[in-house]
Parts: sequence; structure tokens; C-alpha cells
Amino acid sequence: MRKAVEGAAEVEIPRDYRMTIPRDDLVAHFAERVDDYRAIVHVVPAAEVPGLVAEVTEGKRMIVPGGAAFAVGQAVPEDELLTADGVVTGCAVAIAETGTIVLDAGPDQGRRALTLVPDYHLCVVRADQIVSGVPEAVARLDPARPLTWISGPSATSDIELNRVEGVHGPRTLEVIVST
Amino acid sequence: MSVFIGMPGDFPANSAKAVQDSQLRFNLRKATHTIRGKRASVVGELPDWAQLRAAGKAIKDHTLRHLDRYLVQMEEAVEKAGGRVHWARDADEANRIVTDLVKQTGESEVVKVKSMATQEIGLNEHLAAQGITAYETDLAELIVQLGDDFPSHILVPAIHRNRSEIREIFLAKMGDAPADLTDEPAALAEAARLHLRERFLRSKVAISGANFMIAETGTCVVLESEGNGRMCLTLPETLISVVGIEKLLPTWRDLEVFLQLLPRSSTGERMNPYTSTWTGATEGQTFHLVLLDNGRTNVLADEVGRQALRCIRCSACLNVCPVYERAGGHAYGSVYPGPIGAILTPQLRGLGSDLDASLPYASTLCGACFEACPVAIDIPEVLVDLRAKVAHPRAERAGMRAAGWVLAKEVRLAKAQRLASRFRKLVPKRLPGPLSAWTDTRDLPEIPKESFREWWARNERA
Repeated sequence: MRKAVEGAAEVEIPRDYRMTIPRDDLVAHFAERVDDYRAIVHVVPAAEVPGLVAEVTEGKRMIVPGGAAFAVGQAVPEDELLTADGVVTGCAVAIAETGTIVLDAGPDQGRRALTLVPDYHLCVVRADQIVSGVPEAVARLDPARPLTWISGPSATSDIELNRVEGVHGPRTLEVIVST
Repeated sequence: MSVFIGMPGDFPANSAKAVQDSQLRFNLRKATHTIRGKRASVVGELPDWAQLRAAGKAIKDHTLRHLDRYLVQMEEAVEKAGGRVHWARDADEANRIVTDLVKQTGESEVVKVKSMATQEIGLNEHLAAQGITAYETDLAELIVQLGDDFPSHILVPAIHRNRSEIREIFLAKMGDAPADLTDEPAALAEAARLHLRERFLRSKVAISGANFMIAETGTCVVLESEGNGRMCLTLPETLISVVGIEKLLPTWRDLEVFLQLLPRSSTGERMNPYTSTWTGATEGQTFHLVLLDNGRTNVLADEVGRQALRCIRCSACLNVCPVYERAGGHAYGSVYPGPIGAILTPQLRGLGSDLDASLPYASTLCGACFEACPVAIDIPEVLVDLRAKVAHPRAERAGMRAAGWVLAKEVRLAKAQRLASRFRKLVPKRLPGPLSAWTDTRDLPEIPKESFREWWARNERA
């Protein structure tokens, strides 16, 4: 292999792309981009988050990861994953430019299967977790942890290129931004 | 699914057949134009696209320059994080390694995430021969597998099938498809969801590829849309990832470039629905990484051709190619269709077969693929280089030698031109015999009464 590239020139990597995208309306921009994926999105003051979580999960059997303090309609233990209606989590980072939330299996998110098997995922994002673009998000994340980047609900365009939401992941993604 | 290896025919014959299929042409046109439009709009959103593209190209070139070092770094990082690394020189070795790993678990069924590398080596067929059933879980791959068919596009492999064909395939082959299944895409997707759900929960072993590997941290990265990837990566007890050695990136930070380039180039989205990254054995899983060469080091040794190893399999080049749009993916006789396939397949497999020797000609050299490529692979340059390497027929070589001899000296050219002008009335529109193949698709240029040289010489004297 070393012989294969013998004599090839050394390469400088130019990094003159944007490391950050300055903007004042980070939260609104994030909400708009999440909405573009046909996810449900709310922007509310921190004090109203518990009420809203209780409201949108009413009548649903929800999994709440161990380290998360959300009061939901009806909390069910993790071992009822297969029959639960949904899951509520926090996140590690959120990206405005792409409308992405990133989970790192932290205490308020739990192991990866929790946000995968149930059909409904409610994610609460704090405004200070939102960064402008991908480079800032990569810098904030720890590669040693398992990461799941989520941009809208599960989707496929495999049949005649018609978009269908919800194949194997949650068919409904709901995001609450706490300001 | 069947293997492409040893497929008969050549590109002209295959494509001549494909262009007769109006359904195929309709589907291809719709798919390529839709994705092309979406890509253009999300690429246009980023004012620093050119800078990202330059960085992506340079990161890949730098990695390839020091691939030996970064591969060892990757191995060490994965092993440190509790994973096992295996090296596979070729398809046979990779297939053997994976089969042994599956057998060690005592399982006879595995679930799979869409992976070009495992298609390239014909893993499913090898596993089947060893009594192990591999279930494809990507919707399009499932359609292709159930239909005992070939993938025809890197991103949307079942694009040659329409909804009623897919319904027929599901009803005939799925076993648990509802009898009243309609041909609505949502209903078909729902049938696949139910069909695969139980299999995901039951399976103990999963096989995946990876879009990227990070040498610095030992991290693997998979981008997907449906969630079948997350199912396979997360739920089974054992995960085996088969990854081409060129998928490596040196540092974690490099992802900031490629997570912008790939989704926008590939599906035309700002971001794909799901991206998973994991480092070594995760959440109690057993993890094996199989590093696949299978001809890549040979490609690396070619000064012009090695740029094909920068490819991140986005398929943007397919969607802009006028040849692919009409001929479709099957004509290329490889898991890698379109312009990138035309330069990658003959380099990985060699120019030995008629099919592989015809691939460098499966292009008009219009350059749209180069423009669209997020890592700036100069596909036309590699095509021309490969054309020079293909064995040419004796008549053509003789003709080229004669032309070379004439053009080498000014006096010879002048004499030849004078001769041609004098006998210009005698030159036929169509060349006879085997040479007619050339004039069937081209007009011979008109020979002028007088060459420019003669005109110049005459007027200068006047």
C-alpha cells in the first residue's frame, strides 16, 4: 500500500468553509427547519414545558428514561418498550441549519433502542443546546458515546420516489423547544 | 438478489435493450430529475459549498496518501474500544471471515443494512451457500431481494420497479403480506414495516457497511432514512460491519465536512433522517469490523485512477448523467452503475471482460458528473485514461499509428492534405467493411478544395 502511493504529493486541507453561521433568530430558524421535515414543533418558555409535555402525552403510555424529569400522561417502565406508545427524551445538541437533534445516550435520553422502537418520539430541546451549523455540533459531541442524529421522522422514497413517512423508526416526531 | 460478477454482454448491447423499455425510461427520468432538482436547491442554500467540496476532496486525498498509517490507527482505536478488526484482501477472504463470525454465534439468520461493499463481494450468495439466510432490510433492497433482481441505482436501487410490480412481488414472496394489499406507497411501506419488525426483534446478528470510519477515534458512521439501519445497528447482540478501506477519514472533525456534503448530494436533503455513529463495542454488543481491500490498493497505485477512491457513494453523478438516464443501472453490469461505476468497476475488476472493457466508453464525456461530484472526482479524465488502457482492435491501432506518422512531420501532413484535396471527389460518405461501424454514427468531414496551408502560401506570395 505504501508502494502504491510512493511519490504522490502531500495534500494541504483547506478549511475556509463556515465554522459558524451567525444569526439572531437561532431558535426560530431551528423550529422552521424541523417543521420542514413534517415533524411537529413547539417553541415555549421553560416554565410552560411541563404543562405542554403533560398535555401532548395525555392518554399515551410513555417511556421516560431514568435521568429525565418529565411528567407524562402515563409512564411505563423500559421493559415495556415493545408495547409503549412513545418515548420522551432530552437531547445533546440541536442544529438550526439542518433541523437536526442529536442524542448521545445521556441520562435524559437512555439507550438507543428507546427512541427507535416506539412509534412516537417527543424530544425536549433547550434553547442553549441549539447551534447554528454542523461544525459546531461535531465539536460539541463526544465520539466515544453512541450518537443518533435525527432529522424528522423516519422516511423512505424507495417506491417511485414518493416520500412516505415512517418505515421502521418513529412515525411521529414532536419537538418542544424550551426558551 | 443475484450477483453481477460474470454478467454477459457489454454496455452497448445492454443499453440498447434497456432503452426499449419505456417504463424504465419513465421511472429513471422521474427519479434522476427529481433528485437533481432537490440537490440543486439544497446545495444552492450553502454559500460555502465550493469550500466544503475543496475540503472534502483534500481530506480524502490526504487520507489516501497515508492510508497505511490511518488504517492501523483505526484498528488500534476500534480494538481499544472493545471491537475486533479483521483484514480481508479480497472478496473470498471477506466472505469467509463474515461466514465464520456468523457461524460462531450459532445463528443461521442475519439482518442486513444496505451496503455496497457486501454487494460488491456477493456476501448474501456466499452466506446462502453456507446455510445462512441474509435478510435485506432497506425497503428498496427488500424489493430487489424478493424479486430476485439486481439493484439499478446506488441510492434508490428499486427505481426500475413501479408500484404495481412491487405489490406483485410482495404478494408473491413476502409470505405475510396482507391479501388486500394496495399499490399505495404508504401501504407497501407499512407491509414492509410489519414484515421486518418481528425479524429485527428476533435477530441476533446484523451485518452493515459504513459511510465513514474515523481513524482518530475508531468510530463508524452510517447514514440512512428509514430506521432499518438503526434497528440493525442497535438491537442485535452481534454487529459485523464490512467496510472498504477507502471509507476512512483521519479525524472526528472531518465529519463536519462530509455530513454536509453527503446528504445534500445524495438525497437532496439538508440532512438525512438518521445518522448513527458508534465506537467499538457499544451498549453490550459484540462488534467486528472487516476492512475490505478487494482491488482498492491496485486502484490506489494508479496515478490518474486513484481519485475514484474519493467517492462517497452519493449517486449525484448518476442523476445528472445523460447516458445513465437512458440506459439505467443494469446496463453497467455492476453494483456501481453510472459514471462512477464506469470508472470504478473496470479498475476494481480489471479490463478483462467485454463488459468491463466497454464501460470506459459508457459516457459522452460531457462532464456533468465532474460538476456534480461533491469530492470533485474528474470522471471524464479517468474515463479517457481507461480508454487508452483498453485493448484496441488491430485496424484501429494501425489507423492511429498511420495518423500519428502523418501528423508527426509538417511535410508529411502537407503532402497528405494535397493528396486528399486532389482526390476529394472519390472519398465515399460511408467507409467500407468493418470501418463502416465508425461512419455509421459519424459524418466524414468535408475535404476542402484547398487546405489552409496552401491558401496561406498562395496569399502570402500575392
